[in-house]
Amino acid sequence: MMRVNRTIKYEGDRVRGVGKEIMSVSGCERLQSCIQCGTCSGTCPLSIYMDFSPRQVMALVRADFKNEVLRSHTVWLCASCYACTTECPRQIRITDIMYALKQRAIQEGIYPKRFPIPVLAKEFYEMVRSQGRITEMLLVMKLFYKTDWLAALSSWRLGIGMMRTGRFELRPEHIERRAELAGMLDSAGNGAAKPKETA
Amino acid sequence: MKYSYFPGCSLKGLGRSYEESLLPVMKHLGVELAELDDWNCCGATAYMSVDEGKAAVLAARNLAIAEKAGPEDLMTPCSACYLVLNKTQHNIADYPEINETVRRALGSAKLAYNGTVKVRHPLDMLINDIGLDVIKEKVVRPLKGLKVAPYYGCQVVRPYATFDDAWNPTTMDRLLATLGAEVVPYPLKTKCCGGSLTGTVPEAGLRLTYILLKEAVRRGADVIATVCPLCQFNLDAYHDQIEQRWGPARVATVYFSQLMGLAFGLAPEQLGLKRNFIPMKPLPAQQPAQKISV
Repeated sequence: MMRVNRTIKYEGDRVRGVGKEIMSVSGCERLQSCIQCGTCSGTCPLSIYMDFSPRQVMALVRADFKNEVLRSHTVWLCASCYACTTECPRQIRITDIMYALKQRAIQEGIYPKRFPIPVLAKEFYEMVRSQGRITEMLLVMKLFYKTDWLAALSSWRLGIGMMRTGRFELRPEHIERRAELAGMLDSAGNGAAKPKETA
Repeated sequence: MKYSYFPGCSLKGLGRSYEESLLPVMKHLGVELAELDDWNCCGATAYMSVDEGKAAVLAARNLAIAEKAGPEDLMTPCSACYLVLNKTQHNIADYPEINETVRRALGSAKLAYNGTVKVRHPLDMLINDIGLDVIKEKVVRPLKGLKVAPYYGCQVVRPYATFDDAWNPTTMDRLLATLGAEVVPYPLKTKCCGGSLTGTVPEAGLRLTYILLKEAVRRGADVIATVCPLCQFNLDAYHDQIEQRWGPARVATVYFSQLMGLAFGLAPEQLGLKRNFIPMKPLPAQQPAQKISV
């Protein structure tokens, strides 16, 4: 069988209202004023690895192409260097829009399984909620366990190096008032701006 | 001069040589630092990827504790912490809904934050509070002939820093020159090191790190000076993987505070220099270094 992919989008592929929802998240308001100049893509050190460039992501979000954006690798490749945000001639906080998209993808569970970046974000989140601090080596171990434990084996030289330089620490760091912090995080509910699902 | 001090997780973990060198250097300059009581993780980039409201609460707890501790500015050496605490200040001030989430969460622990804390980076303190003339007086062992590439990384200058330029910062350049070092032109000084992508997507992350190393070598640098624990780790710890992929780009990466300590005549073993994967070549012996207690 010949597999074919449709490369042009239909009107019906859009999820109406998603663009507005993202623009209602703090920091994302100015997306509407994007002029598609491409400065963000030009200044982005990671755009060469992205399936959609940052400029394309801006256009797709504004035009409600939710599934295309949330399934792309672009938002996860953003390393938060804020180059685009600093350079944007329309003062659009593109890095913050990428964060809003990451939050949305995690909420909806839309990302490639065993893809390490969202897994890292979630493990980090859990460790801070329970301990109040991050023990970096423990976090890395958890990441390996949840994504690709074979990668741990191939990183053995890194591990040895860290032991040699006294930087390998598995004893969990934690704050004193852990219950206080957990209570505070719980009282923050499910985020300041949680858009509702639209059809 | 007094400051409160927010170390962040990295300065107690992978980046401990930053703290090991920064504390004696600040003490040598007569700066008093009080570590924040029961501080928690700033949330870094990961928390903002999961939940914006909780990310603000996490950072605000530290700001509230700092405000309660006194009027001193908050020294925040880690670039990610510096960005997150500043960002949270802006978000609390600019967005009533975030302010409300934070107020409610802090209230549940009988804490409050009125927005009075100033988050300061050590470079900012060194240049604007302490002053290069005072620093110069403390230099007993000028870093003569040492070629240094000043690497700032991204989050310390973008997008919230007020003490230096977002693309061409010069505070560390001036500091290193005051120490007697030769500062080589390094146009990639604020290009991203790849952050955590070095671990999660090595093909992309390590490439960015490699570009930085290669450029420093090309410019003839003996050492790269950095201000960020993640940059230091990326530039230091992955040389074998980078060599395998693209060939050698060997140059040591140390914290600016370690170079300050050397110039002040503090003993190298007091400055965490043995924690490097790629060690910095020792400076030529001139005079015995003095020991100070921390």
